[in-house]
Amino acid sequence: MSTVQTKRPWVGVLAWLVALVIFFPIFWMLMTGFKTEADAVATPSLFFTPTLESYVEVQGRADYPKHALNSIVVSFGSTLFALLLAIPAAYSMAFLPTKRTKGTLLWMLSTKMLPPVGVLMPIYLLSRDLGLLDTRTGLIIIYTMMNLPIVVWMLYTFFKDLPRDILEAGRMDGASTFQEVTLLLMPLSLPGIASTGLLSIILSWNEAFWSLNLTASNAAPLTAYIASFSSPEGLFWAKLSAASTMAIAPILIFGWMTQKQMVRGLTFGAVK
Amino acid sequence: MATLELKNVVKTFDKTQVIQGVDLEVNDREFVVFVGPSGCGKSTLLRMIAGLESATSGDILIGGERVNEVAPADRDLAMVFQSYALYPHMTVADNMGFSLRLAKVPKEERRRKVEEAAEILQLGPLLDRKPKALSGGQRQRVAIGRAIVRNPGIFLFDEPLSNLDAALRVKMRVELARLHDELDATMIYVTHDQIEAMTMADKIVVLQDGIVEQIGSPMELYHHPRNYFVAGFIGSPKMNFLSVEAVACSASGVTVRLPNGTECDVAVDGSAHQAGAPLTLGIRPEHLVLDEQGLLAGEVQVIERLGGMTSLHIQTADELLTLVADGEVTHRVHDQVCFGFPPTRAHLFGQDGMALASLHRHPLTEVQRQENSASTHGRSQTP
Repeated sequence: MSTVQTKRPWVGVLAWLVALVIFFPIFWMLMTGFKTEADAVATPSLFFTPTLESYVEVQGRADYPKHALNSIVVSFGSTLFALLLAIPAAYSMAFLPTKRTKGTLLWMLSTKMLPPVGVLMPIYLLSRDLGLLDTRTGLIIIYTMMNLPIVVWMLYTFFKDLPRDILEAGRMDGASTFQEVTLLLMPLSLPGIASTGLLSIILSWNEAFWSLNLTASNAAPLTAYIASFSSPEGLFWAKLSAASTMAIAPILIFGWMTQKQMVRGLTFGAVK
Repeated sequence: MATLELKNVVKTFDKTQVIQGVDLEVNDREFVVFVGPSGCGKSTLLRMIAGLESATSGDILIGGERVNEVAPADRDLAMVFQSYALYPHMTVADNMGFSLRLAKVPKEERRRKVEEAAEILQLGPLLDRKPKALSGGQRQRVAIGRAIVRNPGIFLFDEPLSNLDAALRVKMRVELARLHDELDATMIYVTHDQIEAMTMADKIVVLQDGIVEQIGSPMELYHHPRNYFVAGFIGSPKMNFLSVEAVACSASGVTVRLPNGTECDVAVDGSAHQAGAPLTLGIRPEHLVLDEQGLLAGEVQVIERLGGMTSLHIQTADELLTLVADGEVTHRVHDQVCFGFPPTRAHLFGQDGMALASLHRHPLTEVQRQENSASTHGRSQTP
């Protein structure tokens, strides 16, 4: 199916313009990372002698691989957990709804409207008492809970679009509920599950509030690593930029590689 | 033995009763069709038999055993869905063999059974394709194949032909009838299309608003509809209805006055009614005949020539009636015509909608569509 493409060049120009405006800060950060501290605070200029000085210094001050590994473990771990909990939940909401399903979904979403700082104190104390402060486990639990509403919502909408008949045919063929989910529902909604998982990974990766408040050094992910460069000694723009570049690079590359899957998943309902 | 019995089965959604106490007996190897307008509860009834919906009350018995609490897969039945409901991520062979895979049947045997079913339906060359790469008719056959592989006692069909084009529907209808003969299984078929019902069924169940209006052989429903609804629903074009008044009523016949004042006798038992009672006269379009001496007269409004037959829509003083004649009718639009009907072909309905019993049983009502093969040979014995 193809629609008639009318030629409207200004739309393309506008799109590029918007993209450039959005991309500019990232571009600037990238540039600053390759400058010396002196260059970084000097009059903004595109012309300078690139240097890896900041990158080397950054590595000397903090252990990048350790924090990167923390980020990976925490974001993938929490996503896996969230999916494990959300798939059965979304299945029952989509296919066995009760009078309270809509309300439950709204309630779950409403928890996302509360500013996280509102529950900082109880969560902090709970983590402390359970010995979860500055542990990856603690962060995984927090991130799982943080993303669960969105993950359930997204999966719910994907599942709802699936023809019920197929699952019923499976039941007639003798599939247990577990087999229905693993052999039929999951393969059928793979694009949806994948894009939900990707989104959850990205959200966890970029999360800063809880990671800054609940970790110190051991379990600190990359967000805490960046923040550590805005220190009491002052702001070092070049080092901060270098650290930020290294922190966002993995997820940028990851997002770029999976964008096809993401777009496919997010438009799943529309292009059946 | 795959018999089915429904005993006062009721289904309630929230507060609405969609199935209001259905009793039904289906014999082994019978082809039963549930027919009715959309929303009459026929699909719900089928889904209750399948086990996809629970019965609010009443008993469902398959092979004499109560199965209300038995899982769908353990009821010895297979279902073909309206949407086919094929598993899109599996090949045709995997689709058909899915139930066997779940039942942990060894791969070799699975392959053999799938190939057997594919043979029956001429699906052999398609076994490695995905459903996406099939046409509507092929998908339909795969869905049937998936049911055949399970070798069930009862096949359930939920409007299986409604997504096919007209030509294919006729072809599949024939194929299904042949399949029923070949498989020797009990089949329950849901449709809103009364032609499908008439052509395939041993027994038709007419439903309306969750109530069984009549159960009987196609010819019984056609010749002896129990009430006004069944009379209008079965038969195409639809039966003509005229408001008449009873002049004389007795057990040996009823004399009625037609709207135009003429009188005629109808061979029905009128002992329950009195002279002067308002009744409804029903005559099928194919039983009206063009006749210079006919009791009815009117102007031809529309002529539909189908070659072999012609439908005339005739405006009388009171009603627009449909008359089906042969293909040789020479009348044209706006012609004045006279027509009548043989009194044995007319039906009378009381004010409550119930038909007055006909005095003559039509000889075809007792004829079975096929000889019941139950005693001669058993069902194919693949465990």
